[in-house]
Amino acid sequence: MSLKVVYFAWVRERIGKGSEELELPESVVTVGDLIAHLATLGEEYAAAFEVPQVIRAAIDEEHAGHDEAIGNAREIALFPPMTGG
Amino acid sequence: MTADSTPPAKRPVQVTVRIQSSDFDISDEIGALTAGRADVGAVASFTGLCRDEGGRLSALELEHYPGMAERAIRAIAEEAAERFELTGLTAIHRYGKIAPGGNIVLVVACASHRQAAFDGAAFLMDYFKTDAPFWKKEHLKDGGAGEWVSAKDADDKAKARWRSRS
Repeated sequence: MSLKVVYFAWVRERIGKGSEELELPESVVTVGDLIAHLATLGEEYAAAFEVPQVIRAAIDEEHAGHDEAIGNAREIALFPPMTGG
Repeated sequence: MTADSTPPAKRPVQVTVRIQSSDFDISDEIGALTAGRADVGAVASFTGLCRDEGGRLSALELEHYPGMAERAIRAIAEEAAERFELTGLTAIHRYGKIAPGGNIVLVVACASHRQAAFDGAAFLMDYFKTDAPFWKKEHLKDGGAGEWVSAKDADDKAKARWRSRS
């Protein structure tokens, strides 16, 4: 499965890029699985996802919990808690 | 059906959401929601500005998720307009580098009566803080690299009060 993953704020800075296309192993089903998988991809990913529970996610631009299935999503975004307003 | 039971024709609710780097003018935005309408009895507005945090900051930089930001804010704004029976609602959020004293966010809520206007503006701001995909990074006056602003528990609590009330 190929998926576009986008990163924002300190998640983006720690990984060193704003987005990438990834081939995912079949074992990645949920957003939480994706975060756990990404954390194994290298030091910079491990740093970004050091505390997985603080990471917020969106599937195709809609807020999503860690237990939500990725399904046929086109784009997953991973980012810190939002601080707008 | 008698003529008496027909409700008066309702004016459409004006919901405007803009994500922009440029500044906004609050008078223009209020004017756009009130011009030509005789059903607006109350206008409540909130403007969020950049603070220098006791002289420490030279700017705040706002990063956003372009695709999602407008969609997320529009969904919240439409919910607010319906829930509080607003006649109009405008939400503007800026991105990019903003110096202390500069505008960051504007919410204008219009309604027939004041409580709805106050509540509509407060509700939208509370959701802005926790659900709109924006992130603030500090730029320091001494030139050093600033930190990303941390999310506040108080903001989650502020949002939660709207849930318990409904």
